[in-house]
Amino acid sequence: MNEPGYWSIFLNAALVNNFVLAYFLGICPFFGVSAKLETAVRMSGAVTFVMLVASTCAFGINLILEAINAPYLRIISYILVISSAVQLVEMLLRKLSPPTFKALGIFLPLITTNCAIFGLALFQTNKGYGFTQAIVYALGAAAGFALALVLMAGVREKLDLADVPSIFKGTAAALVVAGILSMGFMGFAGLGR
Amino acid sequence: MAKKQVNPTDEFIKGLWRDNPVFIQMLGLCPALAVSNTAINALAMGAATTFVLVMAGLSVSLLKNFIPREARIVSYICIIATFVTCVDYAIMAISIELHRALGAFIALIVVNCLILGRSEAFASKNKPHIAVMDGLGMGVGFTVALLFIGVVREVLGSGTLFGVDLFADGFQTWTVMVLPSGGFFAMAIWLLVVNWIRQRQEKADKQTSEQTGEAAS
Repeated sequence: MNEPGYWSIFLNAALVNNFVLAYFLGICPFFGVSAKLETAVRMSGAVTFVMLVASTCAFGINLILEAINAPYLRIISYILVISSAVQLVEMLLRKLSPPTFKALGIFLPLITTNCAIFGLALFQTNKGYGFTQAIVYALGAAAGFALALVLMAGVREKLDLADVPSIFKGTAAALVVAGILSMGFMGFAGLGR
Repeated sequence: MAKKQVNPTDEFIKGLWRDNPVFIQMLGLCPALAVSNTAINALAMGAATTFVLVMAGLSVSLLKNFIPREARIVSYICIIATFVTCVDYAIMAISIELHRALGAFIALIVVNCLILGRSEAFASKNKPHIAVMDGLGMGVGFTVALLFIGVVREVLGSGTLFGVDLFADGFQTWTVMVLPSGGFFAMAIWLLVVNWIRQRQEKADKQTSEQTGEAAS
């Protein structure tokens, strides 16, 4: 496999293999937080941040695990290190930059052990990305997540005003919207490679 | 029902319908949608999740007196991650094909909110045998939900069931059902069915309570 360029990694993670709409990662926050546009934007910021931290950690852990030849420890060490790293950064952030903390704070513990974060760490290891590639991949995945979340929130704000049958209310309608969005994203297939 | 006698069978049955993890509680949606493109994948995923649920429930419930409150989430995650690693390697040993089809989603069982949720909310407060029954019920409920979605997607999307052809050559497959968006649609369809049944039940309950109220007055 020849080395894919940074731009292609970014596009691939953001559009073609969108984490939410193609891999179904991070569905829980996707439906939970997408009711309001403003919360969706803030949530996306927090996800970007955690993804960068997770990606860096996963790269480091993988180096160590390869050195001591213990790939079976991958799952357990990834999840522990990522969640503690996020908590550490959260504390630092509270001390150093209270406004940022206020904007992102409540979301951080929620998304630490989210499947999108953990999936990102696993995928970048499986794909054998180097450090810069991993960071670009994380940025792409975060951009894709943000795009899906904001689009969804925009649709759902309108959907609240619509008159839908009572059994359709809530998650069922949201699922149909997500399905249609996902179909739209299929149009990007073939962009990356 | 705080101090009521807890019946293990009840704990098992409630996972199947009343508290079904996927259709009612909306937990563990990520794997439910991601690997349900064929019935076989759905079944394997359900079985793997059930195993982890039961073992994690058992361990958490056995260790509940030794785990300090402050460190409980971390300890639960450690326990869950251990069993997930076991499952991951077991599936790789049994069928490398299946392992490839499920991909990273076996490892992602570790972040399935269903398992951490049951450990935290149920297993840490109950006796081991009840925790096991609860894990089994939730696991079977999860598997059944996954199978429902998987069967719809496989029959419509590939015209097969468990890999066996169902239709004559003329059947035009709905390719969209195998693709990611099909997962959302299949889930939405089942959710509609569940909502419809629940609404009917509620209506029926209301009517009977009104009738008994009239009889009493």
